[in-house]
Order: sequence, then C-alpha cells, then structure tokens
Amino acid sequence: MVEFTFWFVVSLTLISAAIVVLSNQLIYSAMALLFTLFGVAGIYIFLWADFMAGVQILVYIGGILVLIIFGIMLTNRISSVRLSQTNMQQGIGGSVAIWLFLLISLVISKTSWFQVEAVEPVETVSGIGTLLLTKYLLPFEAISLLLLGALIGAALLSRKEN
Amino acid sequence: MTVDLLFSWLSSLTSTIEDSSILLLVAIIIPCVALFLVMAVNAIVMVYVERKVAAFMQDRVGPMGQGVGLHAGKWGLLQTVADALKLLTKEDIIPEKADKFLFILAPFVIFIGAFIAIVAVPFGETVIVADFNIGIFYILAMGSLGVIGIIIAGWSSNNKWSLYGGMRSAAQIVSYEIPAGLSIIVIIMLTGTLSMQGIIEYQSGGMGNWIIFANPFAFIAFLIYFISVIAETNRTPFDIPEAESELVGGFHTEYSGMRWSFFFLSEYANMLVVCAVAAAGFLGGWHSPIPGYFDSNGWGIFWMLSKIVFLIFIMMWFRWTFPRLRVDQLMNVCWKVFLPISLINIFGVGVWTLIFG
Repeated sequence: MVEFTFWFVVSLTLISAAIVVLSNQLIYSAMALLFTLFGVAGIYIFLWADFMAGVQILVYIGGILVLIIFGIMLTNRISSVRLSQTNMQQGIGGSVAIWLFLLISLVISKTSWFQVEAVEPVETVSGIGTLLLTKYLLPFEAISLLLLGALIGAALLSRKEN
Repeated sequence: MTVDLLFSWLSSLTSTIEDSSILLLVAIIIPCVALFLVMAVNAIVMVYVERKVAAFMQDRVGPMGQGVGLHAGKWGLLQTVADALKLLTKEDIIPEKADKFLFILAPFVIFIGAFIAIVAVPFGETVIVADFNIGIFYILAMGSLGVIGIIIAGWSSNNKWSLYGGMRSAAQIVSYEIPAGLSIIVIIMLTGTLSMQGIIEYQSGGMGNWIIFANPFAFIAFLIYFISVIAETNRTPFDIPEAESELVGGFHTEYSGMRWSFFFLSEYANMLVVCAVAAAGFLGGWHSPIPGYFDSNGWGIFWMLSKIVFLIFIMMWFRWTFPRLRVDQLMNVCWKVFLPISLINIFGVGVWTLIFG
C-alpha cells in the first residue's frame, strides 16, 4: 500500500514534469506544473517533512503557480501561440545535458551524506521554529529584509507617476 | 483518529484476511465517502436555507413548492432536491471555441481543493478523518488550490466575462489569504500547536476559555478572519468574480448542468471548511459553551455543527444586507486596513501573553 502510493507519487511527479517541458502550449505546461508541485509535496510527506509539504503547496501552488497562470492569461499572444519545444543545436545541447548529468551523479556518489535514523519525528514544526530563531536567526532575518526590499521595490515600480 | 479506529475495528472483525492493505484502503475510503455525503447534503440543505433566508429578509415567502405539475414538498422542502435532479439531467454543453481539456478539468480541481481540505476538519473528539500535526496549516494550504481551478475555468471558457471573473478572483483570493493567515497565527501563538484537535483541547472548559474571548486582539483577529474568508469564498459583498450585473456569471458563465453544479457544491463545501476553521479555532470547536453540560461525544458533533451553521447563517445575513464592493475598494480594505491591523494584532497578542499569560 505504502509502496504503491510512493510509486504513484513518483510517477505523477515525473510524468507531469515531462509534460511541463515537452508541451507546446504554455497553459498546459502551467497546469502540469500543478501536478508536479503536488507530487513533490507528496515526496516531502514520505520524508516525514509534513510542514515542508504544507509550505510547498501554500507557496508554490497557492502563490507562484497562480502568478504564472495569471501572467500567461494576461499576456495576449502567449496563451494562443504554439511554441516549438525543439531547438537547432540538438547535438551540442544533448552532450552538455549528458555531461551535466554525469557531473551531478558523480557529486552525489562522492559526497558523504549526513545519515539519520529512519524514525518518524513526533513534531517537525517546533524544531524548525527553534532552529530559525536560534541557530539560523541571522540568515532568517537577512531573507526577511531581502523580501521586504523586494516588496517595497515592486510597490514603487507599479505605482503611477504623478 | 477515525481512520486508525476504523482500521483496528475492521482488523479485529476480520481475522481471516491476511493482507492488511485492503483493510486500510477500506478504512480510508469509508470516511471519505461519508465526507462526500456530508458535502452533498450540506450543499442541498444550505441552498434551501439560503433561499429561505433571502426570502424572509426581503419579506417574501421563498420556495413553497407550488409549481405546475410536480409538487416540491411542504414549504418547498424538496425544492433543492428537484433542482439537483434537474441539473443532473441537463444537457452538457461545452462551447466550441473552449479549451476542452481544461474546461472539463477545472470543476474537478476546485472540487478536489475543497474536498481534501475537509479531511482535516474535526467534528468531534474522535470524529476526524485525519488529525494532522499541521492540521490548520494544511487546511490553509489546501484552500489555496481552488483558486487555480477558478482561473482555469475562467480562461478555458474563452469568454471575456469568464476571463474577467477568473482574474478578479485570483487577485482577490491571493490577497485575502494573507489577512486570514495572519489571523490564524494569533490562534497558533495562543495554543502553541497546529493540530486541529490540539487547538480545540486548549479551549476546553466553557465559553470563557474560547480563543475569541481570550483577549481583545483575538476578538479582532476573529473578525478579520471571518471577513477575509467571506472574500475568499467569493460571497457577497465580495462576490466581484461572479458579479451578475457586470459579468453575467463570472468564471462559470459558460458552464451548465452537472459541471456548473460542481462549482456550487465546492462553494458550499468551502463555506463549510472556513466556518469549521473559525468554529474550531475561535469558538471552542466541539466543546459545549457551559463546562460539564452536554459535553459528551455525541453532543460534540452537535455543538460543532451548530457553530458552523450559525457562522454560515451570518454569511448569508451579510449577503442580503450589504451591497457589493468595487474592485479598488476591495483591494484597499485588504491591503490598507486588514493587513496593518492583523500585523498589530500579532504584536498585541505577543505583548498580552507576555504580561498576562
């Protein structure tokens, strides 16, 4: 049952990710991205990271994907035109992709990964909160400042001149 | 947790079946079917109540079941059942220039968003399908799924009214999620947990312990949450995505029959979910208002449902009392009024707990 669910989630993620890349209509790519992001949230749940799964859905589906679809809808030309998904330099592109794949595989196999015991944590949220306000306080605050700057900048740019 | 209880009961019942994964599947499917029935019955009853409430507020009698030919019960009690049957048997029209795949997909996306949120809603001490550690956050996250369905429905219809409706809806829902979420943070700050049952446990012992009466900031948070979720569920006075006088029917203009009824079902299911979060988060959930009286398990379901129904009634009351807001007024209220107040609220609750807690 668990194994079946896992393979279902993984295949959902991979197939919809392939559609995101291969579809020649942007709106279909955006819709397939919905299932990809959902599948990634499912993988987080298999890793016992329930809070991360919630954040994934709230931020990526509820926020970013909505903005992407919003952008596609508002852009007059993009939503109707069919884009080609192949390019001219297939040989070079393919070899670069294979080289990158080999490099990443090499890095994954060489790295000595931090291993934890496979025990389901009782609660993940309090741990994240404690770490954010103690060990990672400075990066946390720096990111907050960055986001605040982005927010003010966006408001300033979209404001009417008068 | 209902699934675990049902699973252990099933496995004690049938010791002959070796494979427990089938039992687990059954133990998951049964409560989900029950929830689907709750959603369907909720929609049928609430449509009837909505029409009656509207009628009484405007000094009419509402549906009385006095049609030609068929008789829809005393006081029109079977009116919505008749309407549902009519919708089921109506011709399924898909516009020729519509994007067929997305047009068919959109109602299901909205419906799934409403349905998987309702899974974490507690109806009693043991009556909850899944008591997640991140319960209230899960419901917030799943609530954001429906907006994608609304935008897709608006776009795929290939109709300017639908597109306007979808765009307005996206702007509105994404904006009002922020004050609603910040008001939920007040609950989390007071209870120190995200689990729905944990939040309700915190409020045991009568009305005085309910979070809405915990401190003045929590009361303001409840008001902001409730007004924001009315906007999130696209109800009047915030129903600009489907404003009849401007946009025909908004994002569901081109839908008819069964597909249209899916939108309706999801709208009432969303109302149920957001009112359940308000009832569980601020009004003590399944606890009785007077400690010790009517506080057993069966009464828990009664209290939870009556709190939800009361909040839905207030939503209907709003609908027939207030005129619709303009788009710019809507955004002004959200960003210039609710957002600062809810940020001050969070600070205020922190200070209050530091001094009095």
